[in-house]
Amino acid sequence: MSHQFKILVRHLNFFYGDVQALKDINLEISPNHVTALIGPSGCGKTTFLRCLNRMNDTIEGIRMEGEILLDGTDICSREVDPVQVRRKVGMVFQKSNPFPKTIFENVAYGLRINGNYSRKDIEELVEKSLKDSALWDEVSDRLEDSAMELSGGQQQRLCIARALAVKPDVLLMDEPASALDPIATQKIEELIRILKTKYTIVIVTHNMQQAARVSDFTGFFYLGELIEVDRTDKIFTRPALKRTEDYITGRFG
Amino acid sequence: MKRKWSETLGFLILTLSGILVIFILGVILFDIISKGSSVISWEFLTHPPREGMTKGGIFPAILGTFLVSMITVLFAVPLGMFAAIYLHEYARAGRLTRLIRLSIRNLSGVPSIVYGLFGVVIFVQTLNFGTSILSAGLTLGLLTLPWTITACEEALKTVPKSYREGALALGATKWYSIRTNVLPYAIPGMLTGTILGLARASGETAPILFTGAAFFLPHLPKSIFDQFMALPYHLYILATQHHSIALVRPIAYGTALVLLALVLTLSFTAIMVRYRFRKKMKG
Repeated sequence: MSHQFKILVRHLNFFYGDVQALKDINLEISPNHVTALIGPSGCGKTTFLRCLNRMNDTIEGIRMEGEILLDGTDICSREVDPVQVRRKVGMVFQKSNPFPKTIFENVAYGLRINGNYSRKDIEELVEKSLKDSALWDEVSDRLEDSAMELSGGQQQRLCIARALAVKPDVLLMDEPASALDPIATQKIEELIRILKTKYTIVIVTHNMQQAARVSDFTGFFYLGELIEVDRTDKIFTRPALKRTEDYITGRFG
Repeated sequence: MKRKWSETLGFLILTLSGILVIFILGVILFDIISKGSSVISWEFLTHPPREGMTKGGIFPAILGTFLVSMITVLFAVPLGMFAAIYLHEYARAGRLTRLIRLSIRNLSGVPSIVYGLFGVVIFVQTLNFGTSILSAGLTLGLLTLPWTITACEEALKTVPKSYREGALALGATKWYSIRTNVLPYAIPGMLTGTILGLARASGETAPILFTGAAFFLPHLPKSIFDQFMALPYHLYILATQHHSIALVRPIAYGTALVLLALVLTLSFTAIMVRYRFRKKMKG
């Protein structure tokens, strides 16, 4: 039954020191769909996202309780190596963070970690990842240029390509378009729609129109609680709870 | 009107202070160059002192300072770099980390003569290295260690957190991410700080006074367990301990000029390294 969902979150509590940032989160994430997480700043949606690839482990004094089942395996458990989790669950950050290397080396970075790819494999995978992230046509003739010379939108698509290159199952996106202009944002959104055919995508966004445009499911976070989660069309037309409706219609937040 | 006056006065004081600093450096440089440059010659740089140091050159002192600096670098750079990586990347906030930081801060405040004394007890006597290049180099290494660690930590701080997170998110281990995505961008900054620390150390007299520097040696050091002559100590002798100070004054100035040139070259190298690094980071 659990395989119907890619990720199954059960009774997840999360603490920064004594402060509880997430309270009893229960959520199912369907494969090959886009799940959007919305809510006001500080509501815990980014913290939750970073639980899904154990990125919070880099912070001191955190504590996690509950279960996060990825394909039936609990990735919260201490025995699970977060490095292995992150190979299956890729992440794109809010602020695009290309490394100060060439475009080629940025995409190849994750492949070199495992080290068992031939030169030819790497070249093919870099090309494929750049095509999948719809960047290939813009950079194919300047792969040896520094990634820092790309525009903001291109840098973010490069970061997506970098994440895709290591063939994750799940792609986490933390407000991937919040620093981009409308045209670059549109490109990212088109890309998300294409990518969901191959990947399970979880996206955190402040932009509710964006959630409505790209996602299949939407979860509303407020003060560390997951208030409501449902099909996106339902959340945005007839949410079950008044608090969700108030937030979506802009009456608070 | 009154406010404008105080504004002008304030600006004047600040400007004068700035100019005064340049003026002092200018006077020192002018004094040393004008009095020292006359004795600088190929022979001065490549020959040992003769006739009770009243003639000849200062080659043994240049070589001694160079050799001691090598030991200092070999000892302080790896140790300082690794300690900085530990402190900045691995150490968790806690009592031990606080203690280490406190120690480093206090080490940098210890007077250099105390390092000299410590060097005698530890390196010369306890470890039985004798008064030697090795003992002196290690003592100077200890002296530069707090500078090296601090400089290396500052360099690590300039590497954005997003480089580390980006690498981790792709499934890199912590050490892999540091090795491939942090250190390459921090090393030029680390070198800059280290070179500046070395420049300071190579001009120190007190720490090498008891640990290996010799008044005069008729031969060049044969191994790192030999005594050596060093530029700052040679200068000290020529300026205050020689039997006819007035006679050797030009040689003292020449020695000072060589030492100054050495230190300024090191500082200039540090600036160049930093400049190239900045350009590279901008991509």
